[in-house]
Amino acid sequence: MPLDPSVRDAMLGAVPSLRAFAISLSGNVDRADDLVQETLLRAVANIGSFQPGTNMSAWLFTILRNLFRSEYRKRRREVEDVDGSYAESLKSHPEQEGRMEMREFRTALAKLPADQREALILVGAAGFSYEEAAAICECAVGTIKSRVNRARTRLADLLSIDGAEDFGPDHATRAVLAAGGRR
Amino acid sequence: MQTDLPSRKNRGRLGRDVQNKLGQQLRTAFDDVVSEGVPDRFNELLRRLDEEKGSS
Repeated sequence: MPLDPSVRDAMLGAVPSLRAFAISLSGNVDRADDLVQETLLRAVANIGSFQPGTNMSAWLFTILRNLFRSEYRKRRREVEDVDGSYAESLKSHPEQEGRMEMREFRTALAKLPADQREALILVGAAGFSYEEAAAICECAVGTIKSRVNRARTRLADLLSIDGAEDFGPDHATRAVLAAGGRR
Repeated sequence: MQTDLPSRKNRGRLGRDVQNKLGQQLRTAFDDVVSEGVPDRFNELLRRLDEEKGSS
């Protein structure tokens, strides 16, 4: 029996964000596209276990994440090659004012522990609720919340967003004055 | 370098402005890929899978 056209459209519609998620997991566009392909193959083969009316995108994200996890265990040696290729794989946007800033951001994102990064991306970029992200990652909602919080704090630290050196002489002076005042 | 962000009052808790900034950068990184749309190989793959299923 062919796929229901609405199912097929929902699968294709999820592909752009599946790719973005896969790139953030694997750090490599070619591997990400292979992951997406494998996800679609599995999804079509197991379409009988998809509950019509539920979120197709969340179902596909779950499959993709599981595939990545099992592959990750097999290929542990390659895993930490995340930052460079991810940053380079993306088109540059000359119209965007902070290109350097985005490069730094992607590098910092790639340094996050995998479970924090995926939680942050699912909730902060892919548009899933905490509940949906918890279902995709097969963990408690509270776990997702704490991973997202830790991810944000770690990103801010990596990007030195609250480091005194980033705030110019004015801020540095104020920091010194404030420190002096407390002693 | 971030030059336009005021410092956090309490260490350990991110200010709203920092969170907004991080959130916006995260979405930009993600949307860069999303904006590439559906590569041909996936349209082709689903068409082929559909044909296989249709003839089985």
